[in-house]
Parts: sequence; structure tokens; C-alpha cells
Amino acid sequence: MAGKAVLTGTYFMNGDEACCEGALAVGCRFFAGYPITPATEVAERMSWRLPEVGGIYIQMEDELASMAAILGASWGGVKAMTSTSGPGFSLMMENIGLGLCTETPCVVCNVQRAGPSTGLPTLVAQGDMMQARWGAHGHYEIIAIVPSSPQEMFDFTIRAFNLSEQYRLPVLIMADEVVGHMNERVVIPPADQIQVVSRKKPSVPPDQYRPYQPGPDGVAPMADFGDGYHMHVTGLTHDERGYPVMDAATQEQMINRIVSKIRDHAHQIISYDAIAMDDAEAAVVAYGISVRSARRAVAEARGRGIRAGLIKLNTVWPFPEEMIRDLAGRVRALVMPEINLGQMVRELERAAAGRCRVRLVPHAGGSIIRPGAIVQAVESALKEA
Amino acid sequence: MSTKKKKPDAPHPHDELLRTDRMPHIWCTGCGIGTVFSCVLSAVEKSGTPLDDVAMVSGIGCTGRMAGYLKLDSFHTTHGRAIPFATGLKLARPQGCVIVASGDGDLLAIGGNHFIHAARRNLDLTVICVNNFNYGMTGGQLAPSTPFGARTTTSTQGCSEEPFNFCALAAACGAVYVARWTSLHIRRLTTSIGEAMNKRGFSFVEVLTPCPTSFGRHNKMRKPLELLKFYHERSVIRNYIDPKDAVLDFKKNLVVGKFVDIERPTFLDNYRLLNRGELGDWPDLEPKLPRPEKQASG
Ligand code: SF4
Repeated sequence: MAGKAVLTGTYFMNGDEACCEGALAVGCRFFAGYPITPATEVAERMSWRLPEVGGIYIQMEDELASMAAILGASWGGVKAMTSTSGPGFSLMMENIGLGLCTETPCVVCNVQRAGPSTGLPTLVAQGDMMQARWGAHGHYEIIAIVPSSPQEMFDFTIRAFNLSEQYRLPVLIMADEVVGHMNERVVIPPADQIQVVSRKKPSVPPDQYRPYQPGPDGVAPMADFGDGYHMHVTGLTHDERGYPVMDAATQEQMINRIVSKIRDHAHQIISYDAIAMDDAEAAVVAYGISVRSARRAVAEARGRGIRAGLIKLNTVWPFPEEMIRDLAGRVRALVMPEINLGQMVRELERAAAGRCRVRLVPHAGGSIIRPGAIVQAVESALKEA
Repeated sequence: MSTKKKKPDAPHPHDELLRTDRMPHIWCTGCGIGTVFSCVLSAVEKSGTPLDDVAMVSGIGCTGRMAGYLKLDSFHTTHGRAIPFATGLKLARPQGCVIVASGDGDLLAIGGNHFIHAARRNLDLTVICVNNFNYGMTGGQLAPSTPFGARTTTSTQGCSEEPFNFCALAAACGAVYVARWTSLHIRRLTTSIGEAMNKRGFSFVEVLTPCPTSFGRHNKMRKPLELLKFYHERSVIRNYIDPKDAVLDFKKNLVVGKFVDIERPTFLDNYRLLNRGELGDWPDLEPKLPRPEKQASG
């Protein structure tokens, strides 16, 4: 009963299910996870879809193990992912760090709920945005993608895998409860229209292979367990051979490499859409589910003659600093709605560097942001500006 | 562990499997880990498994450094997470032989939850636990293996907790192969590791190992040889006894031997069977699981 990996067609499905289908379509064949609201539907669908396509689903004993298992699977040569929500995301930080240090491609989908701690398990928030950036200890760069609809859960999961394979790191999908649970139209294209990127493999004989010697793109080719390269992989600071070296010079080299491979490609990684921005004097900068509130708010503002536009962030990390800096020179105000009391807005302020007014539309979580609150913020920001 | 050592001049019989460019290793003089490592290398060679198909996964600690000296695919992961990492590695490449080698604190304190579940699932892993009765790398703190009353840096008046019997725990959780030796039982230990590697399912080999630097120091057994002799002289071999009765009583004797060698379908056996729809509905589950014959083992 071999099933199809790419279920080409038009569906009415929720975001969690769409995430799962995106992963399968791009070649994910291993999922390790632990049940948690509101991400459970990803695991549930994976548990029957993966065996259909010859993959492995395993329900681990906790999220520490889930994250460790997907790293292991990735080194076994299989594209792997897990999904979770706040409490599980906290536990995963340990091995997200290992994934960053060992440069292991994999994908983590965090369907955010309100926290801290157990918080509101069934209700929306966007409170883990800084945890996504800095949750693992030490210094690194991360890639985080923010879907705002079930369709984007499908499309962006594909992109998350492709970025993780290209740059060799865990890529985070920062979804949320509403995007995960809402049902909408999802179009799955034919298999040949899906872009699939896979990790570069070494082309040198084993005795010349240096597992962390970067290629021209700053990323080292990756051998899989069983390829005969007999590599050593460690979470200790290591040199290009992959050997632990306990000194400041090696630390400097290693951290610079894992940071530069992302910073140097920020332009290719960062993605956003500018909507109604041509004549805008105020830009609503939104991500994830808050994009939906922002779209409505911009339409309402326009209806009232306010020249508002929307910058829809499809990726939040790395942060689009240059774009925001330019934008801040062209508009009078930037308004950011987010379901927390001010996380990404700090980045916005930093990038805008005082060139225009920056306003936050905060919300502690439990429901989405009312468009009216955004319109009001735009209006008052323009009045003051 | 120590860092003030010279490069060895003479070749080692296992040089082919060693990252000789990483020598000298960090283990202290008189530490038993090197001996265990040697036994692992002999077992790997003797097993005839294609070397490209062998991987070692370690956690953190003195024993955790084993992976770093093995010239095969080797993974030095986070503290306690060697088993779940190995789970992913093995399931992604089922033809591979995955050896988890780590210390007692790593595998059974911080990693205890993973240990019991991997045994329950009967994941096809070979788990070697170097039990030195304390946390060696951090200077000798109490571990889930520290004997009642033994002194460590965090139990200076004596450890007030009862230790685990790792072999009984492994067997109770479903391990299909369970053995315990001291690091002086070189031949038997090597045989056990080889058997564990060839066994389909969760195999567990515990090795009682002297840690003169940390454990010995606090318990008036500072001399490596003294500690080694102490373990060896008090060890008694009791093959196939119930691991519950295989107690470590330092006053009398330390029971070693091969305790469990049974057959049970592995995680992947059952996963494939169920997902191919070859079984009826629970609870009858007809047709029945094909159970292999119990292996005659010696
Ligand atoms: S286990 Fe003890 S003797 Fe062995 S390396 Fe560690 S501290 Fe030294």
C-alpha cells in the first residue's frame, strides 16, 4: 500500500496537516515527536503518512529525545523533522544547540501557544520569537520562517527543509495555534513543480575529507553515516577535521563560520512581501497569524483614506535589517502587531534607528489581534509623526 | 582525566581503528576506560561487520570521549542524549550497527528516561555502559551508581542514596541481552560486546571500571592497581541468574556474568509488520507474530 509522497490536488486542510504534507513533498522521511497541543496534528498525520511512503515515525519519550533523534536521523542521511509547542520547544533547545554546533540539517515546527510555562495550551500566541533566536546557549545565527496560512504551512515547510539542507542547520518554522488549527484551501502542486534541495555530499576521497571545511558558499559538504568517510561529529568546539580543540582560536573560527554562512546569505534567505506599499506613509510590519489582522487593518485604513501598506515578513530570522532601514527612511511610521508584549518590535526599532516612528500593537495572547487596534495605532502614529 | 601526557611512541594493535592523530587520549593513568575501549575495538574487528556500517554514539563524560578516538563514523552528542540520537541514526540506516558507549551518569541519570524507553521498544542498539561509580570528568560527584556509603565530592560523609542495579533495570525494561563484567575480564567482555553487536535488539553491557582519580581518591583506593584488583577479586561469575539477584555488594561480592540472552521482535520488526497490515485488530492481533527460536548461547 505504497502511498504518494506528493498528494497533488486541492484540499481543505488545517495548517498542521499542511505542514506535514509539505515535509513529505520535499522528501522528509523521518519524524520523531511528542504529543503537545496545538502541534499534535502534525505528529498524528505523520504517524500514518510516513509508513505509507517508506519513512519512519517514532513517538519519543519527550522532546529532548525527539530533537536528538532527528539529528541522528539526519546524520543517517534522511531528511528529518519534529513539531512541538512552547513547553516542548524549551526542551528542544538543548539539541537545537547540538544541531547548530554540528551543522545538522533538520526542521523544527513550533506551533506557538501562549506561555510562559503551560500557559494557554489551546490558544494562540507569538511569544517564542526571541526564544527562537537565542534559546540555545552560546552565539549562533538561526533561520526562522513564519507562515500565516495553511497554504504557507505547506509552502514554507518545503522552504524550511531546502534552507536547512543548503545551509546545514536546524530551521525553525514559527507557526502558531490559529495557523495550525484553521482549515483553509491548500493547493499541492505536481511533484515536478516542487523545488527540492539536498545537502552537498563530499566529492573527495575519505582520507582527504574534512567534515567542517567550508566550500565556496561557506558550507561544508556533509557525509552520511555509512558513506565510508568515518567522520567525527561533536558538540565540543571543533576544527575543520571535526576534532575537538579547546582553545580560543578554534572557537573564534568555528563560531565565525556558523554565523557567516547565514549572514553572508541573508539576502537569499530573507523573504517578505510588500503589499500596497507604493504610496504608503505608514507600514504595518507583520508576521505569522498577525499578517491576517494586518491585511484587514490596511484595507480598513485605506477605506478611511489613510495611506497604509503592509510588509508581510515570511522569515523573521535573520531579521531584514537593511530592508527596514530603507523603509524607515521612506515612511513616517512603522507599526508592528504581535501576540506578545514586544519582541520583534525591538528588532524593528533597532533597524529603523530613529528614522521614523515605531509603534507596537501588543497582545498577551489567547486570541488574535483585532484589526481595529492596528488601524488605531497607524492613525495615532501618523498624527504624532 | 588528565592532560599532561606525551604522544605514545609504539604503535597500538588497533591503530587502524584509532584516530592516532588525536593521541594521547585524555584518560588518566590507571583508568579502566581505555581497556574497555580496546575490548570494543577487538569486538568490532572480530564481528566482521563492514567497518563503514559501524557507528559509535557517546554522550558526555570521560567515557563519552570514546567516540572521539574511534576512526569510524562517530558522534559525541549532548549529555544523556546518546541513546535518542542513536535511535534516529539507526532507524535512518537500519543496516548500520550502532554502538552507544557512555558512562553511568550519562546513560542512567540524565539519560535514564531514554534508556528505559529504548529497551522497551527493543531498538536494535548495542549499549555499553562504563560504570565507574561516580562522575569522573567533573571531579567525582555522586551518581546513580555510587554505592551506599561511598564518598564523593558531593557526598563527603558517604552517599546516602541506594544505587540502581543497571542490569536488572535493563532486563525489566525489555533488553534482549544483558551482561556485566569488570574491565579486567577482557576476554569475556570482548565476547559479550561481540554478542551484543550481533544481537538483534536492545543489548546492554555494563562494565565495572576503576576510576582511581575521582572515585578511588575519595575512597582510599587511589592506586589504580589496587582498585582494579579489588573489583576483580570480589567479582563472581553467575551466568544466567536473574539480574535482580546480580547485586553489587562491595563487602562481599560483585556479581558479573551474562544474565539475559533472549529473542524479541525489534522496534522495526513490529513497525513493519503493523504498518504492512499483516496483523489483525488488537487484542487478538492474528496472525501471530513470528517468534524466532530462542538462541542457544554459551
Ligand atoms: S573515569 Fe576517572 S580515572 Fe578515568 S579518565 Fe575519568 S577521572 Fe580519570
